[in-house]
Amino acid sequence: MSGFRLKTGGRIDRSQPVMFSFDGKSYQGFAGDTLASALLANGVMLFGRSFKYHRPRGLVAAGSEEPNALISVNRGPGRFTPNLRATGIEIHNGLNAFSQNRWPSLAMDFGAINDRLGMFFPAGFYNKTFMWPRSFWDKVYEPAIRKMAGLGDAPTTEDPDVYASTYAHCDLLIIGAGPAGIDAALGSMDSNKRIILIDEQDELGGGALADPALWPWLERSIKALTNAPNVTILTRTTAFGYYHDNFIGAVQRLTDHLPEIEDRPREKLWRIRAGEVVLAQGAIERPIVFDGNDTPGVMLSSAAKVYAHRYGVAVGKAPALMASHDSGWHDIFALAKAGIRICAIIDVRESVDSALMHEADRLGITVYLNHGVVGVHGRHGVSSVDICDYADQRVRRVDADALLMAGGWTPSVHLWSHSKGSLKWRDDLGAYVPDQPNENVHCVGGCSGDWDYGTGAVIDMLPTPKDQSRIKAFVDFQNDVTAKDITLAVREGFRSIEHIKRYTTNGMATDQGKTSNLNGLQIASSALNKPVPDIGLTSFRPPYTPQTFGALAGHAKGALFQPTRTTNIDSWAQAHGAVFELVAQWRRARYFPKPNEDMHAAVNRECVAVRSSLGIFDASTLGKIEVVGPDAAEFLNRMYTNPWKALEPGRCRYGLLLREDGFITDDGVSARLAPDRFHLTTTTGGAARVLNMMEDYLQTEWPDLDVWLTSTTEQYAVIALQGPNARKVLEPLVQGIDLSPEAFPHMAIREGTICGINTRLFRVSFTGELGFEINVPTAYGRAVWEQLMAQGAQYDITPYGTEAMHVLRAEKGFIIVGQDTDGTVTPFDAGLDWAVGKKKPDFVGKRSMARPDIIAPGRKQLVGLLTDDPNLVLEEGAQIVADPNQPIPMTMIGHVTSSYWSETLGRSIAMALVAGGHDRTGDTLHIPMPGKTHTAKVTGTVFYDPEGARLHV
Amino acid sequence: MILIHCPYCDEKRPEIEFANAGQAHIARPLDPSGQSDADWEAYLFIRANPRGRHHERWRHIHGCGRFFNAVRDTVTDKFETTYKAGEPRR
Repeated sequence: MSGFRLKTGGRIDRSQPVMFSFDGKSYQGFAGDTLASALLANGVMLFGRSFKYHRPRGLVAAGSEEPNALISVNRGPGRFTPNLRATGIEIHNGLNAFSQNRWPSLAMDFGAINDRLGMFFPAGFYNKTFMWPRSFWDKVYEPAIRKMAGLGDAPTTEDPDVYASTYAHCDLLIIGAGPAGIDAALGSMDSNKRIILIDEQDELGGGALADPALWPWLERSIKALTNAPNVTILTRTTAFGYYHDNFIGAVQRLTDHLPEIEDRPREKLWRIRAGEVVLAQGAIERPIVFDGNDTPGVMLSSAAKVYAHRYGVAVGKAPALMASHDSGWHDIFALAKAGIRICAIIDVRESVDSALMHEADRLGITVYLNHGVVGVHGRHGVSSVDICDYADQRVRRVDADALLMAGGWTPSVHLWSHSKGSLKWRDDLGAYVPDQPNENVHCVGGCSGDWDYGTGAVIDMLPTPKDQSRIKAFVDFQNDVTAKDITLAVREGFRSIEHIKRYTTNGMATDQGKTSNLNGLQIASSALNKPVPDIGLTSFRPPYTPQTFGALAGHAKGALFQPTRTTNIDSWAQAHGAVFELVAQWRRARYFPKPNEDMHAAVNRECVAVRSSLGIFDASTLGKIEVVGPDAAEFLNRMYTNPWKALEPGRCRYGLLLREDGFITDDGVSARLAPDRFHLTTTTGGAARVLNMMEDYLQTEWPDLDVWLTSTTEQYAVIALQGPNARKVLEPLVQGIDLSPEAFPHMAIREGTICGINTRLFRVSFTGELGFEINVPTAYGRAVWEQLMAQGAQYDITPYGTEAMHVLRAEKGFIIVGQDTDGTVTPFDAGLDWAVGKKKPDFVGKRSMARPDIIAPGRKQLVGLLTDDPNLVLEEGAQIVADPNQPIPMTMIGHVTSSYWSETLGRSIAMALVAGGHDRTGDTLHIPMPGKTHTAKVTGTVFYDPEGARLHV
Repeated sequence: MILIHCPYCDEKRPEIEFANAGQAHIARPLDPSGQSDADWEAYLFIRANPRGRHHERWRHIHGCGRFFNAVRDTVTDKFETTYKAGEPRR
């Protein structure tokens, strides 16, 4: 009832024993073993518990199609990998492997009660049972179900490994290095093509590795390919997805098979662009559907041959074969020749090729034709098998200790289907094979349906005299789907295989139906009484086998996940204890706390300093666009709401930018340096969007305009110097510019030098105080900043961050696009109609300002809010209602967009978008917040210095 | 990952260099103020959603920066052709 190591044979190295552990118990295998073959050689048949019923499960296959033997491997903290197939884990000394989905142990699993209750778990059970009450799903049902049903545990700590990635280009990519793939490589080797040959296994050969007669050919071929300079061979590499234009994703496993953890990448992601692709992925043997076909010890006959000839392991002392296809007979003959006693051959067909009968006779193997297995005895392994003579329905017992299934072959068309190649049905194979390609690709060997395994009968499931309701004949081992589930789905009205798949979960998840799709189709076809091609085929989706997130993420994690943009002054802020925040990928100083200061205290101090003396602010992140050309003014006139043509060189203007639908998308102060040159500024987050929008209009609507747009955001460091003492600090440092108010008024620009550095000096203010924005080439930003700090010390110059900047601008009612607007706010809504050139015949968004919805009454408009309790700071985003006593759900008429404590005013201030807000001035509105509903009066949006007296000094 | 032919660079480049820019051949009216509400609505909001050949704009945003037009099959996701902005519809 269990496997054992054969005395001879296999490609394992018997001189190199390997010690490993499985579920805490130590075992010995040999170099060249997989975890599957080594455990099988040690008599282990039980590899895991099934997904839903917790049934004991053993190996079905020897390759990556294995649905049952899913294993977790632990290589230390953070190096825990679940859901690996035992058939793909190369053993090494110290390998620490665990079975999954069982508690407390693999042999005794409490969850197996699900199996006894199996009649209560039909297809769609969860959908049907846990519908009600809806509120129970998230907190009660789903967590409980997830605990019981499932695969391995997700790792809980950060992965310490590194992962590499690379791009590769080749003329010919061959996926699969079995005989067909190797032949394809040999055939093109002497051309000047760059060839990449990839295979998921540790050595090339595929099916040839289980056929000793082919080993000399294999050795010669590998030598020739290895010596060819134009051939790159990638082993332990899985091509997991086939994307547009012959772009293939593959993951190469570099270190998991090594005993020691090495200081190099664990895996490498290959992104391969190929001129031509040859798919040589082979075919997967199909299980046969009968009661008890999931008992450990029931496996594919081709797998038994691989274990015997590649690994020198017998799957049992007396295996029997259940066949509907000739290939199983050849496999069983190969086992017999390896010295394994064969119990019996059972074939559902009434007759087979006489050559097969003669060979069975010569090897002394009992043959039962027109028979089928109707029951398997043994729970953790096969003890005997019941077979039924279909001629007279008599059941007899045969004493097999392993049962091999040979149900025919399914071409591996997974990658072909990823590439959107079409498939055609072959009745003789009972399978889909590649038809018309959608890329420059073709299939060779088994995956094209081209093989010499003989012929077979195509069946849905073995006939049985047993009561259908009392049997469990599995179709999808990994997802625990039985034949009964599929027929039930059909009875309940599902007709399309896409719906049947989702209802039953057949062919889903990590397995992608490798062993189950065709049997599921055949059973659905019988139940619907329609030919297979008429019920459709589900889509195969990447990845072919599960891949690690580490490999897919590669270097894009931690600090490299998303670049952080920093200004030239950032290092100064860092050194002076700034607290930072991220704004559109920029790292910006939020505030500069002094010892024992919290944010509130720091922001209050920074705000007061600006209003009373002098503040300094790093505004380098502002978007900047240089607009140059004879038509520059005309272009800006068409883009912005306000008039630009009359703006004199040396003067600035606040520009408001709408989308064509009439809503505000950006704003900023821009300067005219010369008749044909403007220096635009945009919001920090809007820089790329605005440049893209301007390029769009320039290139496609007005290509006749002679204008150039250049992003200069990163060319300038910008230092905002704000406060009544700003001019006094600048005077000694600036050359070539008359700073007097008469010569250099508010909203003007001058060019000169500061500390000897060329500067574009703006006299602008986002604080309401006398202010300058000093633009210098980026590399000089910190140097000029430090000079200003030194010169400003006499006025107690205070660096301030974005938080104080927000408060200061809100005191003045200056909006922030994206905070006080949300993409549905017009200039009129925002109270910015003064910035719209009424006489201009056209600009982007102008026509939309007359759209019916935009001139309709009741639009949300920007207003100021002053809470009745001056100490209360409203929550930004809080909803606003007119009547707090109305029944719930209340009618919400707007929301708070900006809200701060103003130290200067000694009270809170807020802005809000409120329906019909401009007509509500003086009204009291209500703002329900947790614990209490607050009241506030509607005001204008300018809370401080409404006349602007402080600006014009 | 699709390869897209930029008609300005005259090279096929990976799609991550490009940004889609919506349906092609929708000219901004020369006199927006003269448009009826219905006409302006159609210009602003009404777009085709064909099954098959679709004319759309792309920008080689991480390359030459130019906007161009393309015919893409929305079923197969294959580009039939690309051509420079201003050239006649294909």
